[in-house]
Amino acid sequence: MEYNDSNVKVVQHLIHFYNVTKTYDNGVKALSDITLRIRKGEFVFLVGPSGAGKSTLMKMIYREELPTRGQVMFNGRNVVRLRSREIPLLRRKIGMVFQDFRLLPQKTVAENVSFALEVTGASRKYIRKAVPLVLQRVGMLEKANCYPAQISGGEQQRVGIARAIVNNPVLILADEPTGNLDPDTAKEIMELFNVINRNGTTIIMATHARDIVDDMKRRVVKISGGRIVSDEESGVYSFAN
Amino acid sequence: MRISTILYCIREALVSILRNGWMTVASISIVAVSLVILGGSVLLVMNTGYLTQRLESKVEISVFLEEELAAADVKEIGEKIKSTAGVAEVKFIPKEKALQEMKKSLGSRAQVLEDLEKNPLPDAYRVKAEDANQVPALAGSFEQLDGVEMVRYGKGVVEKLLSVTQWLRVASWTLMGILGVSALFLISTSIRMSVFARRREISIMKLLGATNWYIRAPFLMEGLIMGLAGALLAVAVVYLGYIALVDKIKVSLPFINLVPGEEVFTVVPGALLGLGILIGIFGSLISIHRFLSDKKA
Ligand SMILES: Nc1ncnc2c1ncn2[C@@H]1O[C@H](COP(=O)(O)OP(=O)(O)OP(=O)(O)O)[C@@H](O)[C@H]1O
Ligand SMILES: [Mg+2]
Repeated sequence: MEYNDSNVKVVQHLIHFYNVTKTYDNGVKALSDITLRIRKGEFVFLVGPSGAGKSTLMKMIYREELPTRGQVMFNGRNVVRLRSREIPLLRRKIGMVFQDFRLLPQKTVAENVSFALEVTGASRKYIRKAVPLVLQRVGMLEKANCYPAQISGGEQQRVGIARAIVNNPVLILADEPTGNLDPDTAKEIMELFNVINRNGTTIIMATHARDIVDDMKRRVVKISGGRIVSDEESGVYSFAN
Repeated sequence: MRISTILYCIREALVSILRNGWMTVASISIVAVSLVILGGSVLLVMNTGYLTQRLESKVEISVFLEEELAAADVKEIGEKIKSTAGVAEVKFIPKEKALQEMKKSLGSRAQVLEDLEKNPLPDAYRVKAEDANQVPALAGSFEQLDGVEMVRYGKGVVEKLLSVTQWLRVASWTLMGILGVSALFLISTSIRMSVFARRREISIMKLLGATNWYIRAPFLMEGLIMGLAGALLAVAVVYLGYIALVDKIKVSLPFINLVPGEEVFTVVPGALLGLGILIGIFGSLISIHRFLSDKKA
């Protein structure tokens, strides 16, 4: 939250990094003095060369890693100060999508999605209602009973997205979600993210896909060597490296 | 905890238990073996307590008198015995009664006694001491009395029984301790294998916002089921074994009284099951603590 001179609440930021520095145990400085604000409902691309610190920045938000210095606010809470038993509650507000999909191979499409609800203790009744709805949204209802090995990469990522949104998260963190997909499939997946974002969900996406970033004309935060080198509304990928 | 969560834990635990195969068999067996030994040792303790109590109450001193004593002398010896400090009860057994008793205890083989011309048994006093420890001293003093032929008592029986069972008790508790620790070790090793087999699933669960206890519960359940299975096996072995033993002894050694089966099995199964479950849970807590602690979470 921010206050102006008269202490009136002006803007609600969903995410606020205050001078965040992250040095890993092996001495690698992955982030240096990052300050970043993201409003509710934004769609933000994180771009930058390999090893720039994009994944590390996202890990700060879902408390996979703690900053070495600085604070990270998410949804009005200081993530750094959360007690370990509060971390699961933080993560239920965040949907995560990965380059390698991270589906469980021994579970069907529907089971992979309902798993996300089961671990939060949702009722059977609610799960039975919510899972087909969300599979419908990502266009995977017909393949609900297939196993991940039986569907294509693009379809697996749709399931990954269904699993990420089934909890109605306020934020989606997508780390190179199209990295393993061909350009056409990638476009379809991006369209899905677009729809989700239009429904009000904030999205942060790390990507190396230049054409996607350039097409979407969204906010682009460029990181290099652990520092933010540019931050533009409706920016483009163009990265001199 | 809701039913579906418990069912989920049981299902996941069974999957792991089946996947671990021989490791599961080894874990369950060693829990069973250590609990059988514990159960056996508890039965031993219960039975020696029971037996020594009965034996102690039976330890009496028989004072046999010389033959052809005058009735007055017999009476005088009786008075002297009665007035000795530490004597609880004195009973006169005339030789006729001793012969009758002998006939009774021989049963169908009593025929041999019929052929005797003359009663070979002496008159005797049977003396009960106030305290089993005083028996040897009392016996010694009766031997000094005039008119006493000889003195007999169950020398050392009680002491021997107690020292042998004491030794057995220590040995079986030691063995049980060693096996119990091995059982813990094997269970925690099985659980560690299960955790490693599921590490991908666990990392995904964490990202999806599963609580630590939701992630740990199936592993606790797995330990619990293995401990319970071992304990059930142990209860079956101890129960069937004891029933068979009691039956056998009733036939071949009828003068030994064992604690009846029904009495033993009011407490022993509950104790073994409880202990088995504790070993299982504790074994899995060791691995959970090492591989699924908050810091590694
Ligand atoms: N767990 C870790 N331990 C030590 N160093 C790490 C760890 N994770 C990342 N790093 C290092 O931190 C730096 C930033 O890594 P990060 O994964 O955030 O980069 P990235 O921008 O996501 O790269 P990419 O585009 O290749 O995914 C790299 O130098 C990396 O080697
Ligand atoms: Mg990365």
